[in-house]
Amino acid sequence: MAVLARSSSPSSLSKLLLRPHSFSSLRSFSSSAADDQRVLTIETSVPFTGHRIEPPSRAVDTTPAEILSFFRDMALMRRMEIAADSLYKAKLIRGFCHLYDGQEAVAVGMEAAITKRDGIITSYRDHCTFLGRGGTLLEAFAELMGRRDGCAKGKGGSMHFYRKEASYYGGHGIVGAQIPLGCGVAFAQKYSKDGSVTFALYGDGAANQGQLFEALNMAALLDLPAILVCENNHYGMGTAEWRAAKSPAYYKRGDYVPGLKVDGMDVLAVKQACIFAKEYALANGPIILEMDTYRYHGHSMSDPGSTYRTRDEISGVRQERDPIERVRKLILSHELASASELKDIEKEVRKEVDDAVAQAKECPMPDPSELFSNVYVKGFGAETFGPDRKEVRSVLP
Amino acid sequence: FFFLGPSIDRKMWGIARRKNLGQALQKVLPAGSMTVREALNSALDEEMSADHSFLDGLESTRISKGLLEKYGPDRVLDTPITEAGFAGIGVGAAYYGLRPVVKFMIFNFSMQAIDHIINSAAKSNCMSVGQISVPIVFRGPNGANAGVDVQHSQCYAAWYAHPDPVVFLENELLYGESFPISAEVFDSSFCLPIGKAKIEREGKYVTITSFSKMVGHALQVDTFKGISAEVDDIVRAVKRACYRSILMAATT
Repeated sequence: MAVLARSSSPSSLSKLLLRPHSFSSLRSFSSSAADDQRVLTIETSVPFTGHRIEPPSRAVDTTPAEILSFFRDMALMRRMEIAADSLYKAKLIRGFCHLYDGQEAVAVGMEAAITKRDGIITSYRDHCTFLGRGGTLLEAFAELMGRRDGCAKGKGGSMHFYRKEASYYGGHGIVGAQIPLGCGVAFAQKYSKDGSVTFALYGDGAANQGQLFEALNMAALLDLPAILVCENNHYGMGTAEWRAAKSPAYYKRGDYVPGLKVDGMDVLAVKQACIFAKEYALANGPIILEMDTYRYHGHSMSDPGSTYRTRDEISGVRQERDPIERVRKLILSHELASASELKDIEKEVRKEVDDAVAQAKECPMPDPSELFSNVYVKGFGAETFGPDRKEVRSVLP
Repeated sequence: FFFLGPSIDRKMWGIARRKNLGQALQKVLPAGSMTVREALNSALDEEMSADHSFLDGLESTRISKGLLEKYGPDRVLDTPITEAGFAGIGVGAAYYGLRPVVKFMIFNFSMQAIDHIINSAAKSNCMSVGQISVPIVFRGPNGANAGVDVQHSQCYAAWYAHPDPVVFLENELLYGESFPISAEVFDSSFCLPIGKAKIEREGKYVTITSFSKMVGHALQVDTFKGISAEVDDIVRAVKRACYRSILMAATT
């Protein structure tokens, strides 16, 4: 029944990513569901738990088109991370690579709740958040492989994806540093009176950092529209949360700042929580969201991920709580699309990712002169050298 | 734009100074000179009025005197004594596009925030290939002070010698001293370039380079064992392009 695979190129298809309000472009499958704007109210899997705040209702308003876009976007992110895994093992990606598969619902649900004027700042596990903010697959893969067409011209790497025009402030390598930075962006948004908020994402590993509490204190004093989102995947590198935190109830750690615990594998719950948090933060100041989520890969590509947790645990989560499977069941139970249509979407997504990888592999490496560009905003004509002071030299503009 | 709350002994020391130096100096200041403190205050005032997004930090000493009343608490902020937090918030505001001035009580405390100064501020322009530049100034007293301990006396000039972000190293002992200035300095658009040394005094055979308080000591050296000495003040760019000036001075 469905007409699939529009003829547009991979990059333009990926530009259609994550725009739940432009459903007319998603004609590729079940045309009735893709355009369907009728409101569906679906309950989240578990209720929210609040700390010093009345949690929002479990009933989330959504539309069939939005749910289908959730499925497609999460499938795209999952494919991208798996492709990055293979590229890393093929040594086309070097250095660090921290994969987000399993946590896609957080990125996708958050985007559904906010605009591109709201800021997002996150840690080094940033590939999918970048995609959510409007980044393309080509930019992501090229950046991972250090090529010129990457979003940071190959100079940032896996941990430093930026997209300032979509208010995405990176991509940070230092654990916990993004939290005061995110509060600073929220300060600037409040100062500029532009009615937007900033989401500062961090993990359970960073939740014990002192600068988090310093920043939270100031954000609360100044009533900044800052939302601190703890993506609790229960392991900080290789350390389980109960061994790192005396109180692993991260949504309560704000003490005087209210918090909400959310099932981070349920994209609708994430969306509801983010809408609620945005409203709260604009009126009252900071709030903490704890997303209960899970990562299938290890901390990074150099971590197998099975030395500190059992394979049974990983496959158990995959079977019971996988965010994409949950949305698939939702779609099938509400008959928004058939199983084969969903399979076709996945095939399409796979092809898109493969095409982007092939295109990224063709991209050239950056020119050596890029070593000296963007080092300073104004270099004042200073001379710079490589370590031997002979061959590699330049004058900074 | 953010300020570190004062400790009690600092406040008392400040009062003692005011009694001994500040008021006395203000009465006898010749026209065409100002104290370092006044110079800082007027520079901050000028920049805050020129660019509405410029921010500053309140402190209970006289450098920010009058700025809170003039620009209001949205722009002049007193912060808790949490350097990592407020430096990070300052850098985050600079990411968005505001122009904060972050004040450390003394630069020794900047070590608690050094991750934000270096990793979040200094490296951002490079990592983001120009998407995020960080127009921030970190300022505060640096180096030697009178009678304070080792933990409060370190000089950070060599650590922070880069123009982007600007780290403005002052000297506490100089705040009350006045220096003669030319009339053009009072113009609100007067500014000096970063990156060039200033030749304080010409000389023939020896070049003494210095910055901050030590320039005053160097100037007191009239002749260096009978050899006339040139004194260069490299205050505007420690370690950077002033290598050129120093080299020129040394080879002529």
